[in-house]
Amino acid sequence: MASATEHADLLIERMGNNPLQILIAIQKAFNHVPGDAICRVASALDLPLSRILGDVEFYSFLSREPLGIYSVLMSDSITDWMLGSRELFLRLCGNLGVSPGITRSDGLATVARTSCTGMCDQGPALLVNGMAVANLTDERIDAISRLMEKKIPLVAWPDEYFHVESNIRRRGWLFQDWEGAILEGEALLQEMTDAGLRGRGGAGFPTAKKWASSRDASGSERYVVCNADEGEPGTFKDRVLLQHCAGGLFEGMTLCARIVKAKKGFLYVRGEYRYLEAHLENLLAARRDADFEIELHWGAGAYICGEESALLESIEGKRGIPRVRPPFPVTRGLHGMPTVVDNVETFCAAAAIAAGGGREFRSLGTAGSHGTKLLSVSGDCSRPGIYEYPFGVAVDRILEDCGAGNALAVQVGGAAGTCLDASEFGRKVCFEDLPTSGSVMVFDRTRNMREAALNFSRFFARESCGFCTPCRVGTEILAQTMERISEGHGTREDISEIGNLGGILKASHCGLGQSATRAVRDMLKKFPEHFEGAVK
Amino acid sequence: MKAISLDGTMTPFAEGQTVMDCALAANIPIPHLCYLPGFVPHGSCRLCTVKVDGRFASACTQAATEGQHVEIDTEELRQLRLSLLRMLFVEGNHYCPSCEKSGNCRLQKAAYDEGMLDLHYRPLYPKREMDASHPDVLIDRDRCIFCGLCVKASRDIDRKNIFGISGRGIDTRLVVNSKSGLLADTDISAQDRAVEVCPVGAILVKGRGFEIPIGMRLYD
Repeated sequence: MASATEHADLLIERMGNNPLQILIAIQKAFNHVPGDAICRVASALDLPLSRILGDVEFYSFLSREPLGIYSVLMSDSITDWMLGSRELFLRLCGNLGVSPGITRSDGLATVARTSCTGMCDQGPALLVNGMAVANLTDERIDAISRLMEKKIPLVAWPDEYFHVESNIRRRGWLFQDWEGAILEGEALLQEMTDAGLRGRGGAGFPTAKKWASSRDASGSERYVVCNADEGEPGTFKDRVLLQHCAGGLFEGMTLCARIVKAKKGFLYVRGEYRYLEAHLENLLAARRDADFEIELHWGAGAYICGEESALLESIEGKRGIPRVRPPFPVTRGLHGMPTVVDNVETFCAAAAIAAGGGREFRSLGTAGSHGTKLLSVSGDCSRPGIYEYPFGVAVDRILEDCGAGNALAVQVGGAAGTCLDASEFGRKVCFEDLPTSGSVMVFDRTRNMREAALNFSRFFARESCGFCTPCRVGTEILAQTMERISEGHGTREDISEIGNLGGILKASHCGLGQSATRAVRDMLKKFPEHFEGAVK
Repeated sequence: MKAISLDGTMTPFAEGQTVMDCALAANIPIPHLCYLPGFVPHGSCRLCTVKVDGRFASACTQAATEGQHVEIDTEELRQLRLSLLRMLFVEGNHYCPSCEKSGNCRLQKAAYDEGMLDLHYRPLYPKREMDASHPDVLIDRDRCIFCGLCVKASRDIDRKNIFGISGRGIDTRLVVNSKSGLLADTDISAQDRAVEVCPVGAILVKGRGFEIPIGMRLYD
């Protein structure tokens, strides 16, 4: 096998100035990124060492220390917890005789935890060497342990282990067979405006306005970027769209590129969805468009990169630190050039509107939220999966459809979202009431919301980029406070301190910190009995 | 002339100025640590957080625009600044009485100015590496607040590009651009702007032991 530096040279020759993608490939080949390789990549790309070292220490799928031949990351989403992931994690560690996060002395395996892997409808799930294995049971964990002990390569593991279900439970407007754009350019922008298309990532910016602003901004290059870095716990609808509607997605990106006059586009996919690589590469290879090239860019375990300016930093090969905004990406985005960044669902909807769906889109939804929304439903229900509804659907309707008869609470919008109690199940999913990128997690009456509060607190501490004081330190203090409460060592002051932290974190640099205490404070307010018994 | 209101005082501004620029020009104090005139604002310490038309913003990165109402010296913002300072103290290991920078430290001064009398939060007691490898310059990472000033000064003024920020979240750390990761393997000198610009005692010149008597230090 070539040395790490020789391998780095080959990758640099093949992949060019693309440090993060080169580091991901080195990690894959050597189970870590050796110091020599860090130096070689830095010198070959004429970048400071700290830039490359910074990447390795920032992205959680990269490692400076050698990991095992099998690197296992157990999904730590609250829905995975509810399905028994913590017990399975201990079982796996016990089977292999490893401590969490510490590579076995013979180098066979490393077992650690990671944030939500986007398999909440078929959890518990884990990643082994980057590949998703869902529907974990005691039997499956034992079987996997045996395969690892026998050093059976992943390609020889049973196919069914790597099977990922789509679980599309309710199809609507978007899931029709939209083919062939009949509108483009100005006519498409007008149709998107008339239809009322707003961004599907959660913020709801009018899409046509974004595209037109980018077109009208000055710059020698322009870019179109699709954000498929869905890391919000409990969301997995982009995974299903990438599986079933990638053609529409590429069509939407291409239509956008023609309007803004972009020659280059990027599809930024979270590293957890690596199993989709061959599928996406094949579709991209089959595309015939000499004027607009789309490149796949893989994430490497960083929730913050779902924030659009952090995502652009990541494509530029840097740590995913959100930029100061304004300027917004439409005027100064990738490499300082006008850039459209939109969600997978938004590009798919734009392509469907171009194919003649504008009038129908307009007729669906509410006065301020037109069209449909894909919801990723998970947790305590009998039919978890993807549900497409017109905007304005009430939470109790969703609960009825997914088979959640005994719901205590519903978390809408993931860890950064809102926790609803039963008195609020009449609220509606739309920009005017409950804006969301689509995560809906159900908790039934057997649950204690303290667990969810602990889970979300740890999530934000793990995913804070560390740039600004309130988020870097505040999320850590929040997580430690929730851990104390969960272990029975909490006090009433700890509870009131969580409220204070909420005010402090509002001064954070970006939305991650600003929303980090939201759900926990909702839970404290709406389910005080779940916390009070645990504190002194 | 265009103007913004800083705690009720109408203050003129020129196009391209930030709220911090206006306040500094008008001698209206806004506490700050990671901001230093002449450097591109970073907005990371958040100590200069103000309320602009009712919303939190860091004064150093917020562009001034006609008619803005900026709140600076309110009870809410004083409490916020106090909390942020406490957070900066508990995340590192700050022992002022034995620190060479005591009396000349901007973090310590800000804490005195804001009336910080306790840590409030439990100290995190991180384990951070010291770098004493260089004959003239020392890095005590226990005191680093990740303001990024040394990174910019070394890159843009000294033209040596010696420092960088690495890691993530609470494990964020100051790193050195040398293969060994040690300061000894760089061409840093005690006269570098990167050394002088450190607001705390994280980058220190060696061979000086409490030279300035108490009472005559910068912030005494």
